[in-house]
Amino acid sequence: MNPTVAAASVLAAALAVGLGAIGPGIGQGNAAGSAVEGIARQPEAEGKIRGTLLLSLAFMEALTIYGLVVSLVLLFANPFA
Amino acid sequence: MALLNVPHLWHSLPLAELEVGKQFYWHLGNFNLHGQVFLVSWFVIGLLLIAAVLGGRSAQMVPAGFQNFMEYALEFIRDLAKNQIGEKDYRPWVPFVGTLFLFIFVSNWLGALVPWKLVRLPAGELAAPTSDINTTIALALLTSLAYFYAGFSKKGLGYFGNYVQPVAFMLPFKIIEDFTKPLSLSFRLFGNILADELVVGVLVLLVPLFIPLPVMALGLFTSAIQALIFATLAAAYIGEAMEDHGEGHEEH
Repeated sequence: MNPTVAAASVLAAALAVGLGAIGPGIGQGNAAGSAVEGIARQPEAEGKIRGTLLLSLAFMEALTIYGLVVSLVLLFANPFA
Repeated sequence: MALLNVPHLWHSLPLAELEVGKQFYWHLGNFNLHGQVFLVSWFVIGLLLIAAVLGGRSAQMVPAGFQNFMEYALEFIRDLAKNQIGEKDYRPWVPFVGTLFLFIFVSNWLGALVPWKLVRLPAGELAAPTSDINTTIALALLTSLAYFYAGFSKKGLGYFGNYVQPVAFMLPFKIIEDFTKPLSLSFRLFGNILADELVVGVLVLLVPLFIPLPVMALGLFTSAIQALIFATLAAAYIGEAMEDHGEGHEEH
């Protein structure tokens, strides 16, 4: 592999996961905070809130995972190698 | 794989190896099949078949033992489909949604729980079938076909009315959505499962004993959630395709 391509790929892989984790991190924090608020206000709805929260957390997590897929492609199946 | 080469010492440990992108190829005509995926998929399918036969062999009015468990699973899937598709049309789609959920769930968990590394293959290694992108893309495309079929069978050509439903300028976005739905479905599942396996693999490389256990437990949790999400989304897409926009909404 061309060393420039290798270096650029590794850097891009790191950036893809690192930058991709920022947004979902903020979003998951917001969602979890609101869920705690909701449970504090209405403890009897805890089960329903928890289920919805877990499902939506997984959706947000998927955004980072897309970045991870891109970085995995760059590391293990690099089309420019 | 040169990027993940670890100090030579670790290569002597059979449990601590990371392999991505190495396949156990079967050649069939012009096709290269990923053999390890087929082997584990067949195992999963066999297990599910055995469970179904055991659960339904001597069905009784008052369930006992294993039949109880299978009825619980069926009720779980039926409620999932009912919530997403709606009371009126959900029944024919329970088998499809249930198949997706059970296959993904069992393959995720078997990939994590069965010590596949003990089986040596000429190349590649056995793992969860869902950690191969071809499996997840196949499942996602099946979902696409299913919701198109659901829409057309319910409304005929009127299904295309969905594309301009709230306002007409939504048309391009709705068309793009038809492509992004299978893309995001397949990448989400594939990425999550492969990420779990890689994280566990890297931790096992660093500390072979005990330390990876909490991460493995977290992996079991996320893979169960991913199976649930895939099934939920498939049902939601089917429900969306069959939704009535026409004259008057009936109350729920």
